[in-house]
Amino acid sequence: MNTSELDITHGTTVVASRYLGGVVIAGDRRATAGNLISYRGMRKVFPADRWSGVAIAGAAGPAMEMVKMFQLQLEHYEKVEGHALSIEGKANQLSQMLRGNLPAAMQGFVVVPLFAGFDRRRGYGRLYAYDVTGGRYEEEDFVASGSGSLFARTVIKMGRSDDMTADDTVDLMISALFAAADDDSATGGPDSMRGIYPIVATIDATGYNELPESDVSERFERVLAEFRDRQWGGETK
Amino acid sequence: MNMPFYVAPEQLMKDRADFAQKGIARGRSLAAVEVAEGVLLCAENPSRNLRKISEIYDRIAFAGVGRYNEYDQLRIAGIRHADLKGYTYSRDDVDSQALANQYAQMLGQIFTHETKPLEVEILVVSVGFQREGDRMFHIRYDGSVSDEDGFAVLGGEADAIRERLAATYNADMDLAAGLQAAASALAGDDRTLGGDALEAAVLDRLDAGRCFRRLENGDIDELLGR
Repeated sequence: MNTSELDITHGTTVVASRYLGGVVIAGDRRATAGNLISYRGMRKVFPADRWSGVAIAGAAGPAMEMVKMFQLQLEHYEKVEGHALSIEGKANQLSQMLRGNLPAAMQGFVVVPLFAGFDRRRGYGRLYAYDVTGGRYEEEDFVASGSGSLFARTVIKMGRSDDMTADDTVDLMISALFAAADDDSATGGPDSMRGIYPIVATIDATGYNELPESDVSERFERVLAEFRDRQWGGETK
Repeated sequence: MNMPFYVAPEQLMKDRADFAQKGIARGRSLAAVEVAEGVLLCAENPSRNLRKISEIYDRIAFAGVGRYNEYDQLRIAGIRHADLKGYTYSRDDVDSQALANQYAQMLGQIFTHETKPLEVEILVVSVGFQREGDRMFHIRYDGSVSDEDGFAVLGGEADAIRERLAATYNADMDLAAGLQAAASALAGDDRTLGGDALEAAVLDRLDAGRCFRRLENGDIDELLGR
């Protein structure tokens, strides 16, 4: 069945990459229904709790419901037990919720999240990718999901190294999102007219921290300027 | 056929109340104080694992004295009530009054219908955006609720502690002063309690998010000036 016939909003690029001391997680803001843009300011990157974040790609309604339930379960566990779940526990919890969504996924309401967090017991960032059936795959370096992930993945693969700082990693995620938005119609780029920019967050020993919009917009300016330099010697074509 | 002995309802209730009070009196006490930074909860509790004070929701905390297993069960029921309500409606719709009512129903029901009343006393506190918004609900073993203002004391020696706290309490206290007042009221005249004998937490008067913050032993000693 063609999902666009059902007017399901989907199409996205979300990315995450590890660096020394943590993880960066980022996602664009566009929601589409078929060929139309249904919402320009959609949030696809969420804090799951104080030490982890989740990014979603797929059908917006079920995905947001899943995030809400996931956040609730992590908080509930933390309050009842007096301490938070281990990062693997959280990743498994999300896996089970995805498995629960399988019947809906078979009808086209696919949700594919990314999960990133700081492992407080071991002292480093960790990253998980999922498939529709709830399969959970821990990634060593980076991960991308959504309709524009192919382009984003290539950019990250070319630019990433293990000794990158948080700052460099954030810039790389921004380049990757730009590349995805440039070639995938269902991924939104920086929207300076409306002041809407992708959401970028770092997760490290201090917890989940979203970059302020002004910072993200400045970084986009820089990435775009570099792009112009490389392509057309600084001129706009 | 065996005829059950007639027991007057007055006597039955009195026996149950005596039983519950005796159980509560065996445990250590707890105090809560409204301060400039929020609401402070402080309990005499040498255990770092078996806690009397807990987070319920964004702006709500719970404290219990008496039998641990019984108030812990109530604590979990409270968290479930709050989380479910926040999930179904909105985080803004979770309030301490509804929770206190729910607890009162539960305790009242158990007191009259079960063979044994719960040997607990609990406190539901919530922090407002302004000082006037702070709430404290003291719920007893029989389900009776009282709305406390400024400070509250629970447990075996509540009357003596309340008297001592009332003597030092004033509405302008900050967190350190509040903790000092609570600690010395709990200790009494002939002993002092430090971080290793106290459990404390505060509901910070934040604009949004989860306001509950536990004070570690070191934090407590620092605030007490030790």
